[in-house]
Amino acid sequence: MGVSAASAVRARRRCAAVVLVAGGLATSLGMAGCAGAGGGEAAGAGEGWVLPRTPDGRPDLQGEWTNGTMTPLQRPEGQPLVLTPEQVAEREGARQSFIDERNAPSDPDREAPPVGGDGSTGAAGGVGGYNYFWIDAGDRVAVFNGEPRNSLLTRPEDGRLPGLTPEGQRRRMRAFARLAGEFDNPENRPIGERCILSFGSNAGPPMLPNYFYNNNYTIVQTPDHVMILTEMVHDARIIPVGAAPGDSDGPGLAESIRPWFGDSRGWWAGDTLVVRTTNVNPDQLAAYAYLFAPGSENMTVTERFTRADEHTINYEFTVEDPDTFVDVWGGEVPFTRLDGQVYEYACHEGNYALSNVLSGARAQERAAAAAAGGDGSP
Amino acid sequence: MTSVRGTRARRHGPALLALVLGMAACAPDDGIPRTPSGRPDLNGIWAALGNAYWDVEPHTARPALAMREGPVVPVPANEVVALGAVGSVPSGQGIVVGGRIPYLPEALARRDENRERWLERDPEIRCFLPGVPRANYMHLPFQIFQSESKFFIAYEYAGAVRDIYLEDPGPPQVDSWMGQSVGRWEDDTFVVTVNGFNGRTWFDRAGNHHGYQLVVTERWTMLGPDHLMYEATMEDPQTFSEPWTIRLPLYRNVDPDARLGQFKCVPFVEELMYGHLRKEPIR
Repeated sequence: MGVSAASAVRARRRCAAVVLVAGGLATSLGMAGCAGAGGGEAAGAGEGWVLPRTPDGRPDLQGEWTNGTMTPLQRPEGQPLVLTPEQVAEREGARQSFIDERNAPSDPDREAPPVGGDGSTGAAGGVGGYNYFWIDAGDRVAVFNGEPRNSLLTRPEDGRLPGLTPEGQRRRMRAFARLAGEFDNPENRPIGERCILSFGSNAGPPMLPNYFYNNNYTIVQTPDHVMILTEMVHDARIIPVGAAPGDSDGPGLAESIRPWFGDSRGWWAGDTLVVRTTNVNPDQLAAYAYLFAPGSENMTVTERFTRADEHTINYEFTVEDPDTFVDVWGGEVPFTRLDGQVYEYACHEGNYALSNVLSGARAQERAAAAAAGGDGSP
Repeated sequence: MTSVRGTRARRHGPALLALVLGMAACAPDDGIPRTPSGRPDLNGIWAALGNAYWDVEPHTARPALAMREGPVVPVPANEVVALGAVGSVPSGQGIVVGGRIPYLPEALARRDENRERWLERDPEIRCFLPGVPRANYMHLPFQIFQSESKFFIAYEYAGAVRDIYLEDPGPPQVDSWMGQSVGRWEDDTFVVTVNGFNGRTWFDRAGNHHGYQLVVTERWTMLGPDHLMYEATMEDPQTFSEPWTIRLPLYRNVDPDARLGQFKCVPFVEELMYGHLRKEPIR
């Protein structure tokens, strides 16, 4: 996010490079808790800080923000929500060591990777991929209301996603089935690799960190709208905002209109912006099945944005969908100030990976057919 | 101009100050909505009328953008013949001030070749980001979000966006499809300088193009509560022999329930771009 020439080059190359790893990575890194900066300074509210307001008197949420953090979505079973200072130091220290190790110069005399890859998966597996220079996963524990957190989920209380209804289980299995035959068609590929949305539910709702990079947002606020730009993939969430629930409702979108990141309406509850979202595109929900089970067409997400201090917006979310989940679930994520620009994340325009993934699979099929005695033609 | 204004300001300082304060406190009778600081308030959903997105130059109606030789006269190309009249090009008077784009000879030849090979080359066909100024007069509207500290445009087409910086961050750090935009107010006109292009965007569906050195100077001026005059001057010494300008009005969508639609077209072009790479291509 800096403006140095190096980071500029990095930003540009990221655009072309992201699709190389988007698919497998979100699963491997996300689940491994490999991730980023929550808000080490968030607790420093500063005694002199005064809540900034727009001319119409609302809290000013505008500017550039990030929700990158190394705190995972779900908590390891049986652990408390809040980490001790020793645990924070241990985790952040280990993370920094990992980063330093990955940033070490490569041996110029190293051997080429083995034919067919080194057997590992993920970002730097196979025949080599990103080193940490390319990655901005965040290196801090998420701090919310001064508490260093062990999970972003706070509801249910154990910080674990709730169980599924039979219908929810069936819907999740259908989503996974779509990814079978994963190299057969472009539609079988992950949504991030297809450059439709970010991986990791960045745009949401709920808006979650992706545990890899570019967890960046720009908020613009007018008297009757809040626009939240998600850097990946230049996605503008346009939220009509009224003074109270119903003020901004209008006729609402028809049930048949199911946009990416849904139909959001907002209102102010005191100094908190409340946003309620319905009509989320079912393809989006299915694509994030590796994060949480796809909701039904009746899924409602409620988000709350509250300025906590100069550097922080407290973001809270609740997902309600009794057709899918046996319980309501939700969480708390700090959005911290980003010192830098949000660059254009043009993804589709340079998506060589998707065609290479598909044509590579076709080449392997031809080779296999030739080895089996055929001439390789389909 | 500046010195004249400076002299006037000194001579009539108190009167001008009162005028400015008056503007900020209550809108003048021009009907133009104003922000708390007295600037024209461009918030809302806007769109162009007319057919400039087919061809920014004056053009007569024709059967299709992609044509082939016919036994008597040219006919629509195989790839577009099924679209019938939906694929036909309506006429337009053009938006280029003076009528024609002042291409350098090589650039004009390339424009003609682009036009010939439109199906392969127009970035819009592949749902690529549209660039500036093309985004502002496409067939789909856009929404402006303007506050005291931000000026942001979200386009329906391809979900393109522009964050127009009100403070100049310096030279663009990366080339991009939508360029880097820096805006400032000149009286009641919002003037935006756009550069840092990657040179891969076009002006229309007729092959009109530019290079990466393009600098666009936009002028956004409200004519009334629901109308804007939009002007953009193009400078690119590698492509054009001199700067040239487009001018067209933009219209507010006055429906109080209007919402910007979502046209994320990437999945819509997957069959076009990757269909041949399916395990079993669709016949």
